[in-house]
Amino acid sequence: MNGRPVAVRLTQLSRHFGEVKALNSIDLDVYDGEFFSMLGPSGSGKTTCLRLIAGFEQPTSGSIELNGQQVAGVPPYERDINTVFQDYALFPHMTVADNIAYGLMVKRMPKAQRITRVDEMLAMVRLPGFGGRKPSQLSGGQRQRVALARALINHPKVLLLDEPLGALDLKLRQEMQVELKTIQREVGITFIFVTHDQEEAMTMSDRIAVFNHGKIEQVGTPYEMYENPQTRFVAQFIGTTNVLEGPIAQQIVGSPAPFAVRPERIALCPPDTAIPPDNIGVRGMITDVTYLGMTIRWIIDIAGTLVTVIEPSAQLHANALDERRGQPCMLVWQKAHNRALKEA
Amino acid sequence: MRRAMNYLYTHPNATLALLLLIPMAWLVIFYLGSLSAMVVQSFYTLDDFTGRVLPIFSTFSYQELFSPGNFDIVVRTLGMATVVTLASAVIAFPLAYFMARFASKRTKGLLFLGVMLPLWSSYLVRVYAWKLILANEGMIAWGAAQLGLTGVLEWILSLPVIGGASLSFSYFGMFLVFVYIWLPYMILPINAALERVPKSLTEASADLGGRPSYTFRKVILPLAFPGIVAGSIFTFSLTLGDYIIPSIIGDSARFIGSAVLLYQGTAGNLPLAAAFTVVPIVIMGAYLLLARRLGAFDAL
Repeated sequence: MNGRPVAVRLTQLSRHFGEVKALNSIDLDVYDGEFFSMLGPSGSGKTTCLRLIAGFEQPTSGSIELNGQQVAGVPPYERDINTVFQDYALFPHMTVADNIAYGLMVKRMPKAQRITRVDEMLAMVRLPGFGGRKPSQLSGGQRQRVALARALINHPKVLLLDEPLGALDLKLRQEMQVELKTIQREVGITFIFVTHDQEEAMTMSDRIAVFNHGKIEQVGTPYEMYENPQTRFVAQFIGTTNVLEGPIAQQIVGSPAPFAVRPERIALCPPDTAIPPDNIGVRGMITDVTYLGMTIRWIIDIAGTLVTVIEPSAQLHANALDERRGQPCMLVWQKAHNRALKEA
Repeated sequence: MRRAMNYLYTHPNATLALLLLIPMAWLVIFYLGSLSAMVVQSFYTLDDFTGRVLPIFSTFSYQELFSPGNFDIVVRTLGMATVVTLASAVIAFPLAYFMARFASKRTKGLLFLGVMLPLWSSYLVRVYAWKLILANEGMIAWGAAQLGLTGVLEWILSLPVIGGASLSFSYFGMFLVFVYIWLPYMILPINAALERVPKSLTEASADLGGRPSYTFRKVILPLAFPGIVAGSIFTFSLTLGDYIIPSIIGDSARFIGSAVLLYQGTAGNLPLAAAFTVVPIVIMGAYLLLARRLGAFDAL
């Protein structure tokens, strides 16, 4: 990773709104050509971070470098960055073609050239022949593509995307995820993608930064984020997990410090199962079971702590699931699946 | 009562008819009725000898309307309405923009109150107050003297056409009063139009490389245009038809409104008064067509 050219470097970046520290001293490198996601719940600072990079807001302190250049005091119209807005922000009084050509019109490109470029972009976002329409005549997904084409026509160094799929329904969102990723590979532009949807971030990103309370909790590849969460917040925000701590942790691993174990790494076994070496075995009682189609979710009570276990569903057992409630069981998992957590 | 309610609920068309009965009756009888009566009377004949109006078709009133003396009145009124509208738009826009984009909720409320407040007091009282403010012994002359600007005031009054013996007897003074009186009608529609322009649109323009001046020309102004047109319809038509301000402020040169008052009253020339009244209607019709051509109503 190191030695790769840096597209965006944030150093000790802060943005305060009165007493609220929307962004609190962040350090981050985004590399050239990567699909980078900023993931976090609403109010975690990810959108503020995006707006600082775009130049819509000025940092309270700290610096932003774009290709090694400080951009303090540089207005958005002089930054080689374009944005896809959450509400798309298409100009309602212009046609789709004029919306897409806006950046070229600003640069006073001759009309004939503009038309060619717009047609190329329309083809890329799979909306050929839509140039003459008004934004109000398009569906949500189509508007989203127009916004993307408009932002990409200038070939920016970095493309910022502010929850661009948030307004789309699930099916369309999944299609657009694939499409966005394809387009990003084609154009090779650095994408910085803001989302609160961890699945979306996992699907699309080369790397993810998880934001919480104006801080970055952890940065890494989707694999690292899922397999080696460093903090309780990351462990619980990306996927689902069981966090064990206090007396129960003491009993299992000999220390009360919190650790996490993923529900699908735990096996549900009969109470008299022999524990293999390098494995952990804990007795418990089944309190709830839910059939989810592809998987079955078990809730197990071990000495007052509820643990979630997820198993692939098997048709043979599905009918008798309800009878399992209240039965004793043994949870077995490899010690290697335990992840010690730092409190952020 | 209950049966009537149930009937209306299950018959939406009956409800609709009930809703529209009074406004439609008002519109047809009082509005369109009097309007057409007026247009018809503008083609009546005035018997010069007896001074009686005869219901005989003639275009005599319109010939008279285009006589130099009367046509001057039309040109003068049109000119005043145009400059008043332009000045109102220029003054109203920054305030409306500030209210829509930057003002806090509290500031916005106070500004709305400030804009509306003059409308709570009598129009006549305000115009007379302005007469005093503009007089040679009035507040403006006094203020100019205190600031050592009497020379500037005298220079303005010495200008041809817009000057005069004092501000209260000049077209410039009349212009000030017109702008003051009609300004709220320009601010409110422009503000309403700007309120509907999301902030992300101006950000998107800047993001795509548009400098503030470019963003203003290509995004803000086109989207505010329907509001400006709506406001200008108010200021323009209200100035065209007003007879009180020209009769209180200025050198008593006639405007369309005061001409109508004169001809239908003391002069008893109802057909000419009616012909004068047709002028603003024709001008506003042409103005609305032009505005539609320019796309002012596309966003409605």
